[in-house]
Amino acid sequence: MSEQLAVEMEAVHKSFNGVPVLHGVDFDLRRGEVHALLGENGAGKSTLMKILQGVYAPDGGEVRVDGRHVRLGSTHDARAAGIGMVFQEFSLVPTLSVARNVFLAREPRGRFGLVDDGEVVRRTRAVFAQMGVDVDPRATVGSLSTAYWQLTEIAKALAQNARVLIMDEPTASLARHEAEALFALVDRLKAAGISVIYISHRMEEVYRVADRVTVLRDGRRVVTAPLADVTPAQLIEHIIGRRMENAFAWRERTVDRSGTPVLELRELSAGPRVRGVSLTLHRGEVLGLAGLMGSGRTELARALFGIDRARAGQVLVDGRPVDLTSPRAAMAAGIALIPEDRREQGLVLDHSVRDNLLLPLLPGLSRGPLLNDRRGSETARSLIDRLRIRVANAGRPVRLLSGGNQQKVVIAKWLATDPEVLVMDEPTVGVDVGTKSEIITTIRDLADQGKAIIVISSELPELLAVSDRIVVLRAGAVDRELDRRDIPDEEHLQMAIQGV
Amino acid sequence: MTAPTASPSAASDTARVSIMEHVRRSDWHSYVIYIAFVVVFAFFSVLLHDSGFLGGNNLLNIFRQTATISIMAVAMTFVIASAEIDLSVGSVAGLASVVTAMTIDSAGLVPGVLAGLALGLTVGILNGGLVTLLNIPSFLVTLGMLGIASGVAMWITASAPQPILDDTFNTVFGSGKIGNLPVLLVWTVVFVAVGAVVLNKTGFGRRVLATGGNRIAAEFTGINTRRIKFTVLVMSSVVASVAGMLYAGRLHSGRFQWGAGDELSVIAAVILGGTSLFGGSGAVIGTLFGSLLMGLINNGLILAGLDVSQQQVVRGAIIILAVALARRR
Repeated sequence: MSEQLAVEMEAVHKSFNGVPVLHGVDFDLRRGEVHALLGENGAGKSTLMKILQGVYAPDGGEVRVDGRHVRLGSTHDARAAGIGMVFQEFSLVPTLSVARNVFLAREPRGRFGLVDDGEVVRRTRAVFAQMGVDVDPRATVGSLSTAYWQLTEIAKALAQNARVLIMDEPTASLARHEAEALFALVDRLKAAGISVIYISHRMEEVYRVADRVTVLRDGRRVVTAPLADVTPAQLIEHIIGRRMENAFAWRERTVDRSGTPVLELRELSAGPRVRGVSLTLHRGEVLGLAGLMGSGRTELARALFGIDRARAGQVLVDGRPVDLTSPRAAMAAGIALIPEDRREQGLVLDHSVRDNLLLPLLPGLSRGPLLNDRRGSETARSLIDRLRIRVANAGRPVRLLSGGNQQKVVIAKWLATDPEVLVMDEPTVGVDVGTKSEIITTIRDLADQGKAIIVISSELPELLAVSDRIVVLRAGAVDRELDRRDIPDEEHLQMAIQGV
Repeated sequence: MTAPTASPSAASDTARVSIMEHVRRSDWHSYVIYIAFVVVFAFFSVLLHDSGFLGGNNLLNIFRQTATISIMAVAMTFVIASAEIDLSVGSVAGLASVVTAMTIDSAGLVPGVLAGLALGLTVGILNGGLVTLLNIPSFLVTLGMLGIASGVAMWITASAPQPILDDTFNTVFGSGKIGNLPVLLVWTVVFVAVGAVVLNKTGFGRRVLATGGNRIAAEFTGINTRRIKFTVLVMSSVVASVAGMLYAGRLHSGRFQWGAGDELSVIAAVILGGTSLFGGSGAVIGTLFGSLLMGLINNGLILAGLDVSQQQVVRGAIIILAVALARRR
């Protein structure tokens, strides 16, 4: 029985700071099987996989690889046990060649203990031959497209004799035909007896490549079944579960759509992913942008804030065409962006809360050539109060705040500029539940005050809580537009996003 | 908190506690330069008591000798705070000194000063343009410019000193005094005061710090980070040309060697003063004390009778020690 199991995880428990994340999860992977692992953000998927990779030690339970009990104390142990990870953020050195990356730190030695580069290239070629793909081992990784990075990453794992591959959202940054090639590769790996744990949010993909599926929810296994036995609708139900009514309940609002829209996009194409998006947004309206990873949501936000230039189409603000060539131009047109990555894009982490809050306001705070310090402090104080940012003193570096409070600083700094259109990209990522509901309340209040808001979120309950309308993007274009009243529940929206 | 019994002694206790608390909580690392300055000053005062270290003339001398470094370091504070570097300041000062000297000789005082400033402006626009428009790292652009500027200075003078006979120039730009104060001290104070106010109290200063602290976030906040970087590089070169004129005024001549190698002292002064080498923080007053500290050390070691080789070793060790202490976390 356990003869044909590549991995068995039994009753795995894990807590962080006393908060249980995994409550006795069972998981097994057969040899030569592709096993999909599904669940919402925070369901415990990545914790479970990190235990398998030796990143975290489990608090309880057992892990067996090839029927033998193993203690995975480090990623090194996991690799030695034959477990390979295809990282979402690739673990490659862009300046080195493909072959050198594949054998990085394990280079075959030739005479005098020197690295035998010829052998490195030969062995790399052999690995790619086994994978059935054509990649030049001498090419520099940095000069290749994402799809090749991924192939290199897979080759790297295989060259370490991995018998189990963990793939986390492997198609997120791939074009359609590249994804097809990847699926074919997964099929070949399977035929060669390699087992794959496949993590994805895309239902169609899971049905295309996987044999069995396990769904996690709130740190527990909900179901494990052959995919042939479950329908997409059943899977979605398992993933979501029956939710309790809570602060995230939708509140119907009336939006006056008779006047000139405050923002109108006409066939806007911009950056690498936005292809002909048309939509309108009215004063006092909250528009939800939904879609899978790579559907062009973030790219649309970037285009609206002048970071990516428009290639074609038009943007109108209050009926007047505007040219969004830079963030400054977007700000002048009354558009503000709460970016996706607050630490990288939203904040100067080492600077104080006060300095971060005042950064977009500097012109208005000057008296002659000098800044008006008292007015600055008063402004910062009132913003801190308005968004209930928990910080003892505005002079503290923003780095020391919790994720939720950092996010409030980013939101506050833009509220102070009094924009007409506020674009929020994943405004609640990595913040606690309490702050989440505060942010949701803030969004509603702003809309009630007449602001027009675009919310991008992968967390559907939130999107459903705040949106008056939801636009689903697919491959950089509007796939469908739904009135919030016509979406009875999350399942419905999930189906729309999956295109089922 | 316990019951609020308001007796005078309790109140003064709390005041004392809160001051201690404040000192403990405040980042003492940012005061290292002042502590180091006081410690070194006290050390030399005792050690060199009989060698005239504390004499008014000697102390003013320290100010005069460090003036050119200090004012270049003020502009360099902005450059480093914006996460760039300018290695060309020393040779730009040298080139400005000869350009000014030659123009004064041929066309007079005012054209001479304007020519020096125009030279700084031109080099700054070249540096800034290459860095921001062609995206070449400032380290490389200004390293190249270091060679170009000192090469041009040698070339146009055939490596010969260019004497300056204009007394007004020599008085205003170096040898003069206002009351008892050397004019170089006045120049230093003016540059430091303006620099400190601009960095701490203007929107431009905040934008410089934000650009150096997180360029992406600054750009996402609508700051034109290219323009900021361009501006600080132009400032740096223009100020370096003023420093060149101060060399010329103090030494009554323009010469390609003036300022040679100063870039390292200037950068050391900025870093000693508490500005992060990686950008995002900057302290102009700290920079002044960084520059004075190095002047103090040079002066004290000479008076102590150390020879040049020993001076260099001690100075190097003190710089490493101070920077190690000033490093945060």
